[in-house]
Amino acid sequence: MDFMVFQYPMISVQACLDGILLGILFALIAYGMALQWGVMNIINIAQGDLVILGGYIAYFMYLYGIHPAWGVIVAPVIMYFVGIAIYKLVINKVVDRDLFISILATFGISILFMQLMNFAFGADVVLANSDYGTTMLFNNNVVLPNSKIFSAFISILFAICLVIYMKKSKLGRAIRATAQNARAAKILGVDTEKVYAATFGINAALCGVAGALISITFTIHPYMGLPYTIRSFMIVIVAGLGNLPGVAMSGMGLGVFEEFADYILGTEFRIGSVFLLLVLILIYRRFKLSRKREYLK
Amino acid sequence: MKNNSILYIGILIFGIAAPFIFPAFKVQLSILCVLIVLATTWNIQGGEMGYNSFGNILFYGLGMYLCASVQVGMFFPLAEWTESGGEKTFVHTPAQFFQGMAVGLIVAAVVPTIVAGLIGYSILGLRGHYFAICTLGLGVAAGEISGGIEIIGAGQGFTTPPFPDVGSLDSRGEFFYFLSFFVLVLTFITVRGIYTTRFKLILNAIRDNEDKAEAMGIETMKYKIIGWMISAFFCGLAGGIMGGLVGYIDSTDVAFDGREMGVFMVLMAILGGKGTLWGPIIGATVFHIFKEGFWTFFLGWQYVALGVLIVVIVIYFPEGIMGWLREKYPERFGEVVDEKDRKAQVELK
Repeated sequence: MDFMVFQYPMISVQACLDGILLGILFALIAYGMALQWGVMNIINIAQGDLVILGGYIAYFMYLYGIHPAWGVIVAPVIMYFVGIAIYKLVINKVVDRDLFISILATFGISILFMQLMNFAFGADVVLANSDYGTTMLFNNNVVLPNSKIFSAFISILFAICLVIYMKKSKLGRAIRATAQNARAAKILGVDTEKVYAATFGINAALCGVAGALISITFTIHPYMGLPYTIRSFMIVIVAGLGNLPGVAMSGMGLGVFEEFADYILGTEFRIGSVFLLLVLILIYRRFKLSRKREYLK
Repeated sequence: MKNNSILYIGILIFGIAAPFIFPAFKVQLSILCVLIVLATTWNIQGGEMGYNSFGNILFYGLGMYLCASVQVGMFFPLAEWTESGGEKTFVHTPAQFFQGMAVGLIVAAVVPTIVAGLIGYSILGLRGHYFAICTLGLGVAAGEISGGIEIIGAGQGFTTPPFPDVGSLDSRGEFFYFLSFFVLVLTFITVRGIYTTRFKLILNAIRDNEDKAEAMGIETMKYKIIGWMISAFFCGLAGGIMGGLVGYIDSTDVAFDGREMGVFMVLMAILGGKGTLWGPIIGATVFHIFKEGFWTFFLGWQYVALGVLIVVIVIYFPEGIMGWLREKYPERFGEVVDEKDRKAQVELK
């Protein structure tokens, strides 16, 4: 335990800013998860592995001499097709079935991806260096890498674009209609199969963007996927499905929580604290819901 | 009924004779026993109660760490033991080893049971996928946290006491085989006993419709916690044995290995057939043979195979072997098939 973070206010400011910038990235992944959860009623455990795969795309561009920031454009395009392929091969067979089946099936995909990435890219922790430098704030007491600011900015940009797309375009309307009532949408002529495929593709593309940004700002490793899945799941259940400002806010909250946990408990307990927070949130939710049930009686 | 008792005696004799028939596979057979215990106890939650848990690995890992810690801590300072890593600065005498193992296994069984009782009230109130994800988180959190605790070896792992020199070289394998076989028999008798009582019917009622079961006056929470505690008891025992068998405990790769053991137990139960007594046993045996074959011949590709296997089993074979047999030979399961009625139903579909 180390409480230095409370004794020096500048460290707190640093942790808060870091956490907010990180949380915006989490919110982008969580937005993808909320989208496909809401539309297809599927919890995708492989979400984090899609993120890591997107990160490796940017990393490979970096290895071949292209600036990794272009990965933000390339990764989603590739990941969209990866998403469609996963949908066609596996997901379309579990859409209407028990939720646990989908959890287990995507868990299988997650293990498969982890290991294939381990074969293809090696088990080293890597990052794509963007050379963006740092910004100093408050008399040089707070150091922010420009890559983090860049990634937060790009995430917000993508989220806004997606929201507008969902509101205005034909496919966006079809997706929202399917989310509300798949059967009614089918009767009214929406090709739900296509909508599902597109939704999963968009989700994978969002993961690709987030992964490319993560490879620039943090590090990636084939086995680091599951924490991203758990984070996005947590953000979605805190915010609720279809509550976009909520997703953004709880994403930032989670980011700040993680940074403080990192300072107070030490880096080795960072992932553990995330998972523990998930358990606590679910337990809190359970007691809240049970109180409501008693009240209804 | 008479057939059954002959079958049981036959299996028992085979189980006792197995290490002498296949002397080269003693360790594999002990692992098989542990896997069957895990699959059978998972089935109490996942199959009978309808609560698909990824978190039984928590009790398994807890049992593993507790058994090894007690075994060392009874005679030597634990911190120095883990500090020295694999080097043998302290050596257990045979008497110390077996005493430590006995006490360690008792602790490894009792403490997870208590833990299950304590967390059961909050965790088992979750429904469906929230429960699945919550238990998944619990397992991973336990692994991450135990990987940061110094006294049980933190990231570098914990070497369990090596088996003492008691004469012949075979005694280690035999000891662990008979220990795990004993636990397997104990588990089987307990689970079979449970499945003949009203308790099983209550668990099935919870699976089929929990709200209705509650409305009928069953205190569902109480029975859910008891079921979870029975699982925890045997998972802890299995973990304690496995720790001694493997000889080395790592927080995320051996003890709280949600990616391997945590999924295996679910997969084995589903492969054999959820909600049957024999399903998990058959599933675990088939899975173990398949796994060992694959692990030996395609080393390195095992996780790829595992991922594909999970997807294939879950999508194309969710009923499992027992479910398939039941569909094929319904009369064997005591179901009377009315041919006319069946045809009418097929036509309706």
